Amino acid sequence: MADANTHVEGQQHPLGVYIKIWAWLFVLSACSYAVDYFHVESYLRWTLILLFMFLKAGLIVAVFMHMMWERIALLYAIMLPPAAVLVFVAIMVFESDNTFGLRKTFFSVFTGS
Amino acid sequence: MAETTLKDIGGHSAQPNDLSGFVSDWSSDQRTFKNVPWGKAMMWIFLLSDTFIFSCFLLSYMTVRMSTTVAWPYPSEVFALSFGGDPIPLILIAIMTFILITSSGTMVLAVNFGYRKDRKKTALLLIVTALFGASFVGMQAFEWTKLIVEEGVRPWTNPMGAPQFGSVFFMVTGFHGFHVSVGVLFLILMARKVWRGDYDTGKRGFFTSRKGKYEDVETMGLYWHFVDLVWVFIFAFFYLW
Repeated sequence: MADANTHVEGQQHPLGVYIKIWAWLFVLSACSYAVDYFHVESYLRWTLILLFMFLKAGLIVAVFMHMMWERIALLYAIMLPPAAVLVFVAIMVFESDNTFGLRKTFFSVFTGS
Repeated sequence: MAETTLKDIGGHSAQPNDLSGFVSDWSSDQRTFKNVPWGKAMMWIFLLSDTFIFSCFLLSYMTVRMSTTVAWPYPSEVFALSFGGDPIPLILIAIMTFILITSSGTMVLAVNFGYRKDRKKTALLLIVTALFGASFVGMQAFEWTKLIVEEGVRPWTNPMGAPQFGSVFFMVTGFHGFHVSVGVLFLILMARKVWRGDYDTGKRGFFTSRKGKYEDVETMGLYWHFVDLVWVFIFAFFYLW
C-alpha cells in the first residue's frame, strides 16, 4: 500500500469504504445462514460455510481492523503466527481418528453390542 | 516521549512496504512498529494471544466431535425457535449474528468520527455499539436459559446426543459472551470519556494516569471487531457445521 507511510492522523478513510464492507458482511452472513436454511448437505455445505467464513473474516480484518493499510511489519507479526494453529489442527485430526477407531473397536467389546 | 508514536520515520520512510521493508523494520537498529501507537500494537498482540485461546477451544471441539461414537446433536434443530408457527432453524443465532455485524459497523463509524474529532457523534456511536453488544448478551442469556431449563442440556449430558455437546457449547459461547460483556463495559467507559472531552483536553485517565487520544477509540475498535471475528468462526464451526 503506497499510502501506508502517509497517515499522519492515524487511520482515516472515507466512510464509503466502511459502508460498502458493512453491506457485504450482511450479504455474506445471509448467505451462510441460507446454507443451513436450505439444508445444503455434505461437501457443498462445508465448502460454502468455509468460503463465507473466510470472506467475512478477511473483510473484517482487512478493512474494519485496518490491516490492509498497516505496514507489513505489523501485518506479518500478527497474521503469520496463527498459521501454527493449522499444524495443531492436522495433529488433532490424526489423534481423533485414532481415538475414534479405538472406541469403535473396544466399546463394542466391553458392551457386547 | 513514551506516550508518543514514532510518526516521523526520518530518513527511513522510503522503505518499501514489501519483504525487504519487513526485514528492515524488524532490524535491530529500528523501531519495529512504526506509525502505530503503542496501545494499538499491544492490543494486536493481545488479540493474537486471544486468537490462540479461541483456536484451542475450537480445536478441542473438533477433537471431541470427531472422536465420539455417539451422534452429535443437530444444531439446526437444537437452536430452532418457533414464533407461533413452525420452528425456524437457527433463527436466534442468525439474529445475533446480524446484531454483532451491525455493532461492528457502528464501531467503525465511531473510530472514523473519533479521528475527525467529532466528540458527540463518536460518543453516541460508542453507546449504540454498547447497546447492540448488550442485546447480544441478552439473547445469549435467553438461549442458555432455554437450553438449560427446557431442553435439559448440561455440561456432562443432554437428551439430544453426544454428551460433549453441552460442555463445548457452554465453554465456547460462554467465553465469547464474557468477551462481549467486557467489551460493552469498556465501550461505556470510553463513551463517557469521549463525551466529557477527555481526549480533547488531554485529561489523564484514573487508572493509567496517561493522557488519552482519539487513537484509543481505534484500539477499542480492534477489540470489538475481534469479538465479531471470533463469532464468525463460532457461527461457522459450531452452529452451521
